[in-house]
Amino acid sequence: MWRDTLLMAGKDLRIEARSRVALSQVAPFGVIALVLFAFALGPDRSPMAKAAPGLFWVAILFSTVLAIQRSVSVESVDGARDGLRLSGLDPAGVFLGKTAAVAVQLLILEAILGVGVVLLYGARMNSVWLAVVACIAGTIGLAAAGTLYGALSAGMRVRETLLPFLLLPVVAPVLLAGTRIWQAALAGGIPSQGTPWVRLLIVFDAVYLALGVVVFGPIQESA
Amino acid sequence: MIPQSAKAQCPKAQSPKALWTTRIIGIAAVVSVFFTVWLGLWITPPDKTQGDLVRLVYLHPAVAWVALYLAFGLAAVASLLYLWPRTRSLFWDRLAAAAVEVGVVFNVCTLISGSIWGRPTWGVYWTWDARLTSTALLLILFLGYMALRRVPADPEVRAKRCAFAALFAAVDVPIVHFSVLWWKTLHQGATVLNPDLSPQIHGSMAWTLLLGFVALTLVFLWMLLVRYRIGYLQDQLGTGELDTAIRQRQAEGVVPAAGAEAPGTPVSVGSPLAPVAQPAEVAPVSEVVR
Repeated sequence: MWRDTLLMAGKDLRIEARSRVALSQVAPFGVIALVLFAFALGPDRSPMAKAAPGLFWVAILFSTVLAIQRSVSVESVDGARDGLRLSGLDPAGVFLGKTAAVAVQLLILEAILGVGVVLLYGARMNSVWLAVVACIAGTIGLAAAGTLYGALSAGMRVRETLLPFLLLPVVAPVLLAGTRIWQAALAGGIPSQGTPWVRLLIVFDAVYLALGVVVFGPIQESA
Repeated sequence: MIPQSAKAQCPKAQSPKALWTTRIIGIAAVVSVFFTVWLGLWITPPDKTQGDLVRLVYLHPAVAWVALYLAFGLAAVASLLYLWPRTRSLFWDRLAAAAVEVGVVFNVCTLISGSIWGRPTWGVYWTWDARLTSTALLLILFLGYMALRRVPADPEVRAKRCAFAALFAAVDVPIVHFSVLWWKTLHQGATVLNPDLSPQIHGSMAWTLLLGFVALTLVFLWMLLVRYRIGYLQDQLGTGELDTAIRQRQAEGVVPAAGAEAPGTPVSVGSPLAPVAQPAEVAPVSEVVR
């Protein structure tokens, strides 16, 4: 399973490294979202700095939808999905590999947006490690739940419109938890207030990773 | 006259027993709702602090109980039973779909009745209270399930897809619940069902409250049965229509009297369907359609 995971993650990341879709389209989208939020909140820095954690995570959530669409669409042409099933790779490994590939892309995006939040919104980091922990824990959950829903909607023609509708309410807890942890991590917050939220994120990750490992095979068959 | 083979394709009418059960539950629902309204609006006294507003208490928690626990719980259990290979049957799929649809109606009613109560009590129609927020999120999850159901697919594929979606959403519900609870720690506790409060409720009020729960559970059951039946008939109609159409094509291709057989008609040349349709079995098109 772990070998398949590495194989799959390597494959998806190689495709990304060569096509640069995530870097040239998804990352700019995240930055545009940050700029648009700034327009919506006015030129004053104080409301922006206050809303920065939430805006950061909303931008991440929207970018996740794009990253998942991309992760599904690389498999949707040339019968790649059937090829994947014929390859004999462990479905759990395929799930974990795709999840890992999406998570790596999202983490890079988060690094870019994190810098953006600090530069554009004037937010000051109080405890960087807490923000990083939130990003890692949140990203694993987003990638796992997203990969599951991506596989579920893989064969559908209405995938582009249906996926955000299904996925975004499910990952709402990640938005809540991530925002709260970042509020605690930014200047003026109390880092210890983030701890229960980190636990919540870990539970979310565990639930969706376990679910994916168990049901990814049957989902692949039904799509 | 409809030939036996065509008759077998028609939607099977529900057994009289099932129909009668549905009717009896429907009548019981109407009667209990009538008594709840009567007790709630005329017999029970107004509350000391809330006045007539308290009468919403006979409706709102009961509607919420149906939407949040009964409907969603049933949908989750039915979806799990569908996914479990031993109990896999389209029965569970239709039941889950019916529960979700009826649940959406009740969920919307919960939000509306809550808003009506919230405006005079809290001064706002909506507040980002934990319960309100998780109820609204649950509604969106429900709606997502319904949208997924509307995507055209083979019944088996659709059933599996929807069951998975229901499962993913169901495991999310406790997480949503806790996250929203922590998010807004100003939530109010169980106002109505809190056991400490019950001795303070006037006797007739308590009974009306209880009756409201019974009445709305009956309404839910009745709607569920009717919706299940509609879903079942729709499925039957879908497969029945296709069979009828295939039979018509066979009739056109095989039977000279149908007048469709031209030289070189592909259907008649070595068609695998041809031996199935014996001329004696095939009814004229108009009869088969009926």
